Amino acid sequence: MRPVLIATAGSVSALDMLTVEEAPNPWFDVSWVVHNWSTIMPLLGQHIRLTVISVFVGALIALPLALLARHSRFLTGPVLAVSTIVYTIPSLAMFAFIAPYTGLSELTVEIGLVLYSLVILVRNFLVGLQSVPADVREAARGMGYGSGRLFVQVELPLALPSFLTGLRIATVSTVALVTVGVIVGQGGLGQIIIVNGFGANYYRPPIVFGTLACVLLALAADQSLALAGRAFTPWTRARAAA
Amino acid sequence: MSAFGDAVVYLNDPYNWTRPNGILDLAVQHLTIAGLAVGIALVLALPPAVWLGHTGRGGGMTVAISNVSRAVPTLAVLTIFAVTPLAFTIWAPVIALTLFAIPPILANTYVGLREVDRDVVEAARGMGLSTRHVIGRVELPLALPLVMTGIRTAAVQVVATATLAALLAGGTLGAIIRSGFGTQNYGVVVAGAILVAALALLTELVLAVVSWALTPRGSRRALPWARRRPAVAAEGEQVETQRELIDSPF
Repeated sequence: MRPVLIATAGSVSALDMLTVEEAPNPWFDVSWVVHNWSTIMPLLGQHIRLTVISVFVGALIALPLALLARHSRFLTGPVLAVSTIVYTIPSLAMFAFIAPYTGLSELTVEIGLVLYSLVILVRNFLVGLQSVPADVREAARGMGYGSGRLFVQVELPLALPSFLTGLRIATVSTVALVTVGVIVGQGGLGQIIIVNGFGANYYRPPIVFGTLACVLLALAADQSLALAGRAFTPWTRARAAA
Repeated sequence: MSAFGDAVVYLNDPYNWTRPNGILDLAVQHLTIAGLAVGIALVLALPPAVWLGHTGRGGGMTVAISNVSRAVPTLAVLTIFAVTPLAFTIWAPVIALTLFAIPPILANTYVGLREVDRDVVEAARGMGLSTRHVIGRVELPLALPLVMTGIRTAAVQVVATATLAALLAGGTLGAIIRSGFGTQNYGVVVAGAILVAALALLTELVLAVVSWALTPRGSRRALPWARRRPAVAAEGEQVETQRELIDSPF
C-alpha cells in the first residue's frame, strides 16, 4: 500500500509543475486586492482624474455650444448632426484617431472622452434650455431683465434639472469608457482588468475586481451628483412634496 | 499628418483586404459576431418588452436596467466572458454583446407601446379585436418607430462594441487598430479607426433607412439626421423627453 501512495503523490507533484492551467484561478480573491493595493490605488486615482477632467471640460464647451444652437435655428441641425456622428464612432476608433497626435498619453484618452461627454451634455443642455417656457422668458423680459440676468436668474435655474441629468449620464458613461484607454496604456481600472488580469495568464481576480470597482465608482459618482443636484435645486423637492 | 497618408496607402493596398485575416475576413467575422448578438437579443428581449408595454407593467424595471447597463464597462464584460470556459470561441463575445443589446431594445419597445394612444387601443378592443390582434395590428405598427429606434441603437452599439473584442481574443476589425498600436505603426492604427468608424456609421445609416421604410406612412418621422434628437432621461425623470433612449457610446 504505502509505496504505491508515495509513487502517486510523487507523480502528482511533478504534474503540478508542468500544467499551468491547474493553477488556482478563483473568480474573486480578497488577498489579491490586499496584496496589490499599491498597484490599484494609482490606477483608481487615474480613473477618477480622467473622468472628472473629461466631464468638466466637456461641460465647459457644451454650455456655449448649447446656447449657440438654441440662439440660431440654422445651427441647431448641424450641431446635433455632428454630435450624432461623434456619438456613433466607437471609442477604440476615437482613441486611434487621436493617438497619432498625442501619443500614448492621458491626453489621448481625455480628448476622446471630452468629445463623448460633450455630445451627451450638449443635447441635455439644449433640452434644458428649450424647456424654459416662453411665457416665463417673456415675463422676465417685461420686468426689465437683460439677457445676462435672464440667463443666470431665470433660465439657468429652470434648466438645471436637465443639466444635472446630462451630467449624470455623461459621468456614468465616462467612468465606463475610461477602461478602453487601456489601448494607449492609460485605462485606469481598465489596466487592472486587461494587464493584471487578462494579460497575466487570464487571471480572474483582477478582472472581476476591476469590473466591480468600475460599476461601484459609476454608481457612487451618479448618486453624489444626484445629491449635489438636490442641494442646488431645493425648489424641486418642495414641488415634489407638495 | 503622415499617419493619415499612411492609412490611405494601407487601405489602397488590395492585399490588405483580401489576405487571410485581412480586412474582409475581419469584417465578416465582425458582422457575424454583431449579427448573432443582435439576433439573440431580439429573440430574448422583444417578446417580453411587447408584453410589458402592452400590460403597462415593469416600466421602472426597464428604465432601471438601461440605466444600470450604462454603468457597466463593455470591455469588462467582454473580458469576463473571455476567461470563462467559452473563451476563444465566437460565443464569448456574442453573449457579452447580447447582454448590451438587450437594454435598448427592451426600453424603447416598452416606451413605444406605452405611448400608443390609449383611445386607439380602446377603440380596437371595442371593435372586438382579440388581445393578439390589438398587439399585432394596432399597438406594434403604431409603436414601430420607437421599436426600430431601439433595434438601431442596439445594433450600432453592438457593431461598435464588437471592436473591443479584438483587445481580447476576437478577430474583429479592432484587431487592425490593436496590431497598429502593437507595432507602433500609426498609419495602420488610423486605417483601422477609419474602417471601424465607417462600419458603425454605415450600420446607423442602413438601419435608419430600413426603419423609415418599414414604418407605416402615417407615423413616419423624419430620418434621424433630419430631426432633432431628444436627450436621455435618468431614472424616469422627465418622461416626456424620453422618447428616444440613447445608450452610452463604446
